[in-house]
Amino acid sequence: MSTFWSLWITLLTVINIYACYWLIKWTAKKREGEPDAGEVTGHSWDGLEEYNNPMPRWWLWMFYITIVFGVAYLALYPGLGNFKGALGWTQTGQYDTEVTNANAKYDPIFKKFASKDLVALAKDPEGKEAGRRLFVSYCAQCHGSDGGGAIGFPNLTDKDWLWGGEPEMIKTSIMSGRNAMMPAWGAILGDDGVDKVAVYVQKLAGRKVDSVKAEAGKAIFNTNCAMCHMPDGSGNPMMGAPRLSDNVWLYGGSAGAIKKSIKDGRSGKMPPHRDFLGEDKVHVLAGYVYGLTH
Amino acid sequence: METNSTYNYTVIRQFSIMTVVWGIVGMLVGVIIAAQLVWPSLTFDISFLHFGRLRPLHTNAVIFAFGGSALFATSYFVVQRTCQARLFGGPLVAFTFWGWQLVILLAAITLPLGITSGKEYAELEWPIDLLITVVWVSYAIVFFGTILKRKTPHIYVANWFFGAMILTIAVLHLVNSAAMPVTLTKSYSAYAGAADAMIQWWYGHNAVGFFLTAGFLGIMYYFVPKTAGRPVYSYRLSVVHFWALVSTYIWAGPHHLLYTSLPDWTQSLGMVFSLILLAPSWGGMINGIMTLSGAWHKLRTDPILRFLIVSLSFYGMSTFEGPMMAIKTVNALSHYTDWTVGHVHSGALGWVAMVTFGAIYYMLPRLYGKTEMHSAKLMELHFWTATIGIVLYITSMWIAGVMQGLMWRAVNADGTLTYSFVESLERMYPYYTIRWLGGVLFLIGMLIMALNVWKTVSNGKPTVAAIPQTA
Repeated sequence: MSTFWSLWITLLTVINIYACYWLIKWTAKKREGEPDAGEVTGHSWDGLEEYNNPMPRWWLWMFYITIVFGVAYLALYPGLGNFKGALGWTQTGQYDTEVTNANAKYDPIFKKFASKDLVALAKDPEGKEAGRRLFVSYCAQCHGSDGGGAIGFPNLTDKDWLWGGEPEMIKTSIMSGRNAMMPAWGAILGDDGVDKVAVYVQKLAGRKVDSVKAEAGKAIFNTNCAMCHMPDGSGNPMMGAPRLSDNVWLYGGSAGAIKKSIKDGRSGKMPPHRDFLGEDKVHVLAGYVYGLTH
Repeated sequence: METNSTYNYTVIRQFSIMTVVWGIVGMLVGVIIAAQLVWPSLTFDISFLHFGRLRPLHTNAVIFAFGGSALFATSYFVVQRTCQARLFGGPLVAFTFWGWQLVILLAAITLPLGITSGKEYAELEWPIDLLITVVWVSYAIVFFGTILKRKTPHIYVANWFFGAMILTIAVLHLVNSAAMPVTLTKSYSAYAGAADAMIQWWYGHNAVGFFLTAGFLGIMYYFVPKTAGRPVYSYRLSVVHFWALVSTYIWAGPHHLLYTSLPDWTQSLGMVFSLILLAPSWGGMINGIMTLSGAWHKLRTDPILRFLIVSLSFYGMSTFEGPMMAIKTVNALSHYTDWTVGHVHSGALGWVAMVTFGAIYYMLPRLYGKTEMHSAKLMELHFWTATIGIVLYITSMWIAGVMQGLMWRAVNADGTLTYSFVESLERMYPYYTIRWLGGVLFLIGMLIMALNVWKTVSNGKPTVAAIPQTA
């Protein structure tokens, strides 16, 4: 902020606080010929009058105390424009301190699991409990407190893994995050094409479908979709392309939902947690998630 | 017939009746959304009955329709009688009534349709904002015009507060609602980011400060001494607390944005001025309660006085609670919890609505050629249902809010969160149910009032009051 605005704010603040003090002093002053306490001022409105009583002393003290507190606070903390305050406090500083203290206190707790391999960790009662608490704090918002997932958020309690279910793959997913991208095919295939592919996808999942449509859909699938989802629909964990030949549906398995996925595309984003949680916590989490199914 | 030598009571009658009508509507919507929090699928996921659509309808209806009509009615009553002058402005007076009702009607249509600017307490879209501006400027012309042609040498303290309310709300509304229209029903705010948030809460907090505090202090300053039959306790106190209140309130907005991306210095100023605001706020309570002192025996017989004293008590309580919640360390616990909701309602139900009930019960018989309301028993019943309703509401929200704050920050020995968000929500069931019950009681009180008003009006006939010619 420029010096002008800094001075402007400081001046306005100081004047307003001082004006409160001055107002009390000025009003409390007894003037020549004024009525005494307990007497009315002499004005009358619609029969209403006013006493000229002094302001209650305890109330004035309360007023003074808040003013003194305010002045002291503005001397100690940032408030008067660019003036940083005698304590040098900032809210980001307070946050950083709290995080540093928390890390110093809690990091050793997770550090001790770092040397355990993930398969062993998944069976370790203490590690599992620590993992569960981390999961409920950081993962449950999307994946559910039981890891059961929701539309668009993978279920972690089944054996179907989008990016691989080996312990190290799970850890990589949490550490670095994942970005899945299903392109929108509506403009390319047209409504009719989308419809046919959707029918074929349902056939891959083992449903009874119109065989003529499915045959037409198969041709389109092999040209456009098999690259990622594989010709047999088994998917590709290298790019997070879901397996279509089972009955697990990330974005819903109704005919309508499948069509919508093909027509408009989908985009899945798992955020990275390396910087946010640090490797030790991610390690414990990966062990816990692996343990959900092992 | 009303002539230039009589007071304009017609517009006061209109606004008084609509105060009761909009009170019922606004509080009913409040009860519905409180019920939705207990039974989430209550309204079958119908879009225009969704919580997100009805909540702004509730706040707009109780603040601007109920509270606004009460302010128009009482300020028109008080300014005429304490200035001994008929309302200035001729047809503008009727326009303020019909214009304001049109604003409310448009709000009741657009908000459930999801047409909103997304600014809390200022959700109405730009064409309605323009209408509000025209009505409000007309109100200012009527009010200050009447002050100018007064026959009394001095301006009565109630009118200072009404005047401050009218001027400041005009400025707040114009600045905060500045927007770029895209279509008839869509506009974008003129501000962005942290500046937008700051402008929004400068507006939001001072809507509380000037609309719901200064305006209703104006009501207090007329109806408390009138009902008590005693002079106002201290003229000096009223001078100090008026000027200190209006000058410090305007700074307090940032306390809604503590520990956010708002710059540190702004947050500190918001907190400091919120604390300094405590004494000026209490000045009004002291002046009201001390005016009653010496007439305490009347509390036994006069239900109106009981509404007024309880309203002052809640006013004192919530204006103490407010500065405390503005302290950064307290706010770190209370922010985003239901404590805030409880705080707002101790002000809105306890102070604003109760002082309004007292004022309407005082004015209405006098507007319809009677000396008192149809039934004192019904007033009594209203008083108790409303008071019990408020107590249930506030206490349940206190417990809920503190519990949420504590559960959200609770950590295990390894630093992980002890409770998931859903766990804290689950614990809210009993308190949300009690809050809903409190709201139901308050609404029942409002219906009792409507019955009493109906009986009083249908047994009376509109008064024509001559303006006294001597000061």
